[in-house]
Amino acid sequence: MTRVFVSQGPGGLENQGRLIMSAEQLRRALVRISHEILERNERPVAVIGMQTRGVDLAHRIADLIDSIENSETDFGTLDPRLYRDDLGGADKPVQPSQISFAIDGRPVVLVDDVLYTGRTIRAALDALLDFGRPSSIQLAVLVDRGHRELPIRADYVGKNVPTARGEDVRVLLEEVDGSDGVALVRRNEAPADSGGKA
Amino acid sequence: MARTRTATTAPERPREGSANPEAQTSQETPATQRRRAERARGSQPSMFGGLSGSRKNVLDLDDFSKEEIEHILQSADGMNEVLSRNVRKTPTLRGKTILTLFFENSTRTRVSFEQAGKVLGADVINVSASASSVAKGESLLNTVRTLEAMKIDVLVMRHPHSGAPYFVASKIDAAVVNAGDGTHAHPTQSLLDLYTMRRHLGDIAGKKVAIIGDLHFSRVARSDVWGLRKMGAEVRVCGPPTLLPYGLRPGTEKPDSAAFTGIKVVDRVEETLEGADVVMALRIQRERQDSGNLPDLREYSKLYGINADRLALANPGALLMHPGPMNEGIEISSEVAHGAQAVIEEQVSNGVAIRMAVLYLLCPRSATRD
Repeated sequence: MTRVFVSQGPGGLENQGRLIMSAEQLRRALVRISHEILERNERPVAVIGMQTRGVDLAHRIADLIDSIENSETDFGTLDPRLYRDDLGGADKPVQPSQISFAIDGRPVVLVDDVLYTGRTIRAALDALLDFGRPSSIQLAVLVDRGHRELPIRADYVGKNVPTARGEDVRVLLEEVDGSDGVALVRRNEAPADSGGKA
Repeated sequence: MARTRTATTAPERPREGSANPEAQTSQETPATQRRRAERARGSQPSMFGGLSGSRKNVLDLDDFSKEEIEHILQSADGMNEVLSRNVRKTPTLRGKTILTLFFENSTRTRVSFEQAGKVLGADVINVSASASSVAKGESLLNTVRTLEAMKIDVLVMRHPHSGAPYFVASKIDAAVVNAGDGTHAHPTQSLLDLYTMRRHLGDIAGKKVAIIGDLHFSRVARSDVWGLRKMGAEVRVCGPPTLLPYGLRPGTEKPDSAAFTGIKVVDRVEETLEGADVVMALRIQRERQDSGNLPDLREYSKLYGINADRLALANPGALLMHPGPMNEGIEISSEVAHGAQAVIEEQVSNGVAIRMAVLYLLCPRSATRD
């Protein structure tokens, strides 16, 4: 079992976790997802990342698509918290959603780090539809950890990880945490909302 | 099935050379740079836990930490983005009821709270004391208890007596937002002032803010000074000696409020303005001047009114602010009030975003989270 140092998350998560994706595996997963996106979409897609780490992943995917296709992929950010059903996540400031292009009639790929209950994605779909009417919305996630509470599935998955509810999936990205990797950590009697991604 | 196959497809082999992260970052395409710039515009990662649902009321800024203020200012960026959309409506506070109870007249504060609540999807009920049972002699306590019995989540109140919202907050379960109490506090005005300053000047710490006018009766000034000091600004005040608060007024020692400790009082308005980054003219509140503190408005205007000559003493590009409503020609000349340096209307627009951020943080959260 590989041990990694997990940067201090909110709610006092344990600092030790089991590494389930290395930096290299994470990079390869994003390369594969980028190819899959191109394979399945004939028309250029817009890539929209969900705050916070989804934004960094979306940024990387857009860059990868550009390097593969020599294109200029539209990129936006979305903060779905104002659309949640539980007013959750108010302990971090709401970020502006920045979608500076029309999404009407074109395919949009939503990007998030971890797919869990599906409630955040549900909120993101509502938020996105307030900006226009895309021809399709597809979902790309780095980790699918199961435990869905809504009929939502991802179109592009970096890694399927069976988890227990008492565990948290921590996605670390160079942009935010200083290094890349995904770790599975046991929740340390922390509040239910700390770092648990939906 | 297709999903499983997708997930277990063998990852593409990394190509030699282009595989390492350095190679990716060094060859930044224009699109990448544009993305980076786009992201840098609005989003800053939060370095702190925020309010974590602990705050029930917003009564004044004295019990706010710098982090809490920062949290609200950052959230207001997100709220401003919602206000800039074609369809200004989110379902965030659907099913919540916000009640505004105003015992004093108001245009901007009341409408701003109403707009903030409605954009976030809440139901907003407005009650003005003159058109309610208060006019029949109902007590404040009975009025708010009656209103709370009809299920409200947030009570936004303005009252001519300092401290009234504190009394109400101690008696009811709904969250209370002070929208101005007597001469005491007006926290959301202070937050929107801080937000407006920050949008133009960046970090407020170390900035010189000159506040001119009636500091004795000004609840705006009291809350502003709390907020500015917490954010590390340098505050200088100037006004007629009779309109300075106790403690700052010549010949008085005991301050009437802890708000005004640690700020600089300057005798001459010119000296106050020199090198200021922000010039804030306070309203002469004629409704509070019965005690004869201010003998003559023309004299006030001549000695303390902000005009183009005086504004020129401040830093080039200094912001001119006013909490409104303005008495043009008394504390501020029409020329500068509508000039290039004035951000007075922007203060009003930012007020909606700030109040959205405050309501969003106060509305009770359901226990279920994922």
